[in-house]
Amino acid sequence: MSEVMQSQKESNSSALSFHTQKDRKDLVFVNFGPSHPATHGTLRVLCALDGETIVAGIPEMGYLHRGFEKDCEVHPYTQCIPYTDRLNYLSAIMNNVGFCKAVETMLNVEIPERVITIRVLMCELNRIIDHLVCVGTNLVDLGALTNFWYAFNPRESVYNILEKVCGARLTSNYIRIGGLSRDLYPGFETEVEAVLDEVMVGVEDMEKMIENNRIFLERTQNIGVLSAEDAISFGWTGPTLRASGVESDLRKSEPYYGYETYDFDIVLGSAGDTYDRIYVRFYEIRESIKIIRQALKRLKPGPIMTADKRVALPPKEMTYGNIEGLMNHFKNIMHGILPPMGEIYDATEAANGELGFHIVSDGGKNPYRVKCRAPSVMNYAAYQQLIEGGMIADAIAILGSINVVAGELDR
Amino acid sequence: MGMNPQTINEFPVITTRREEVIAWGRKNSLWPIPFGTACCAIEFMGAISSVFDISRFGAELVRFSPRQCDLMIVAGTITHKMAPILKEIYDQMSDPKWVISMGVCASSGGFYQNYCTVQGIDHLIPVDVYIAGCPPRPEAVFDAVIRLQDKLENKVEGKIPPAQFQAVERRFDY
Amino acid sequence: MLTNTELQEKIKSLLPGAVIGMTDTYGIVDVETNQKLPQLIQILRDDSSLKFDMLLDIVGVDYSEYPEDKPERYGVIYHFKSLAHGHRLMVRIYLDEDEPEVGSIHDLYKNANWLEREVYDQYGVKFLNHPNLKRLLNHVQFVGHPLRKDYPITREQWLTETDDLMDEMDVRLREKGYR
Repeated sequence: MSEVMQSQKESNSSALSFHTQKDRKDLVFVNFGPSHPATHGTLRVLCALDGETIVAGIPEMGYLHRGFEKDCEVHPYTQCIPYTDRLNYLSAIMNNVGFCKAVETMLNVEIPERVITIRVLMCELNRIIDHLVCVGTNLVDLGALTNFWYAFNPRESVYNILEKVCGARLTSNYIRIGGLSRDLYPGFETEVEAVLDEVMVGVEDMEKMIENNRIFLERTQNIGVLSAEDAISFGWTGPTLRASGVESDLRKSEPYYGYETYDFDIVLGSAGDTYDRIYVRFYEIRESIKIIRQALKRLKPGPIMTADKRVALPPKEMTYGNIEGLMNHFKNIMHGILPPMGEIYDATEAANGELGFHIVSDGGKNPYRVKCRAPSVMNYAAYQQLIEGGMIADAIAILGSINVVAGELDR
Repeated sequence: MGMNPQTINEFPVITTRREEVIAWGRKNSLWPIPFGTACCAIEFMGAISSVFDISRFGAELVRFSPRQCDLMIVAGTITHKMAPILKEIYDQMSDPKWVISMGVCASSGGFYQNYCTVQGIDHLIPVDVYIAGCPPRPEAVFDAVIRLQDKLENKVEGKIPPAQFQAVERRFDY
Repeated sequence: MLTNTELQEKIKSLLPGAVIGMTDTYGIVDVETNQKLPQLIQILRDDSSLKFDMLLDIVGVDYSEYPEDKPERYGVIYHFKSLAHGHRLMVRIYLDEDEPEVGSIHDLYKNANWLEREVYDQYGVKFLNHPNLKRLLNHVQFVGHPLRKDYPITREQWLTETDDLMDEMDVRLREKGYR
């Protein structure tokens, strides 16, 4: 649609205006962000506008660069886990799982069955709340204010559950290397079932409100189209890539934590526009609900921390009872977790795409280097191509749909 | 509020002080500008949402233009790259204005003690209320708004200190 | 999908003189290469049985305090994935301390532009023929490269004025035909 507008403009330029040459003095420079209600965090785009059309846009990032990578080099592995919480703060447990999975692979630690099921369950719950925020804020930017509440109210119920399990609503710090920090509380299963019903009601209400709404359809269909080749070249993964029609999901292609035994589908879009990106998220919420229901049936009682002595603290009777337990405890606390020397890259399917951690270990208790491969960086790198030639109101709709989370983008 | 209801020719009348009426109007209609950068902004959104409902305290009209606001809630980490922008938005707000620093990152840098994080926004702008927490619960935001309302009326812990009342009365510039 | 041994065989024979070493790091083939990196990556992307069409990440590492001896101080590691076939690859190059330079691959993958800018920002590695090698994460008045091991973590640098980005805008407008 934007190419049609552009060519019309060029051919009728003498009819519409007296200028036949493109002149800089006709342009208005508008700074979109970094303090802006629709930028969802601290992004900045300097736009050159010709009327409502964006002629050129320069995106900038780094306004929330908090030094995650340098901080990880001076903290032991377990103390890096709260830093990973704040990367994609909408779905904190997925970042924890990504980091701990990489360290556990380096150490070759065997995790108990119950831990695997609970990690899958919590990851899918976090995926649901991440998608709810993305869709809710995207619709608010388009003007559909009620959807914001319909998206956030089920989130509060999920937060109540997360608070009872982890201790905190947002920054959970729940996963430890080798297991979990604490077990689930009694009554967890019934509460999760109730919450899933509430989420379904919220999603269905939102869909009913927007699916035949002409404003929504005209503002999202064929806006911000990215073809499959471009999406792959930009390194897009996750729901944005699936909306462009490419079948790529790490849970199916390189399954981990038993994902190959769960029954769920990959949601694909066809056009790669904003409409597809929103609707892929709606359907992914449904798929996550399916996975959670299957995981709840598989929950069996068991240990929540591995028995591997290099990683896990011994039970208290051993610590206070005999000298070997005391020495084990002392060594794990003072010397920390010591993975062997080497480099690893391990990735999981987070809510935004492939979240990878490249960890270089020098055999000491602090990692030598941690690099977080954040999917938001790739999503935002394509932003310049997506908005140029379109209108500034469309730029806001597109930004919401590519789900740039500033904590992950700037690390 | 020190009201003395009376009637003059059967018409109900309340007598009070000018400062009290103005403070009552200001405290119940704080218009916040959420300068939200990171995770605390999500908790602030939770505070605005209908489950926790900040509009009970009158502070529901979040405007993103600094000229239309009087309360700036800095929610999230402020990095050195963001610092000039924070100062500029604060300068653009018109008096009287108040600042709530939400979360430990805004109050003191949080656990990011490194080359890129400002160790507390009070290096840049004057702060009225600090909220601790990472992130603070929405109820903590309400506690801060209530303390700010008390501060607006020159009350300490809900009571007006008698000796200080005369001295601080002149601080308001109408 | 090619197994790791098949991948190693295939990549050794691709470009003579490009592959210096090859290992297997926790299940991913790790290829060490020299300054012929852009040509090697182009062949890796275009070859039909390899088809590494997605650049996942570019990681910079400063090996100056590493206990094992590495050939040079800086390492730049490229992560690739093939969506068509499903295999993964790591390509690394070691760059020396005084003039860390390597050819840019921004014309092969569109996200390499920003990923290379980030490595330049944090480590000071220069990418030749890069269209816009500016800082990405740190502010415009920052001096030094913070992720290097000799940069102390608590050294803060204040910014007095935000970058107005008009230099990049001028270039972009000229590309679009505005004078």
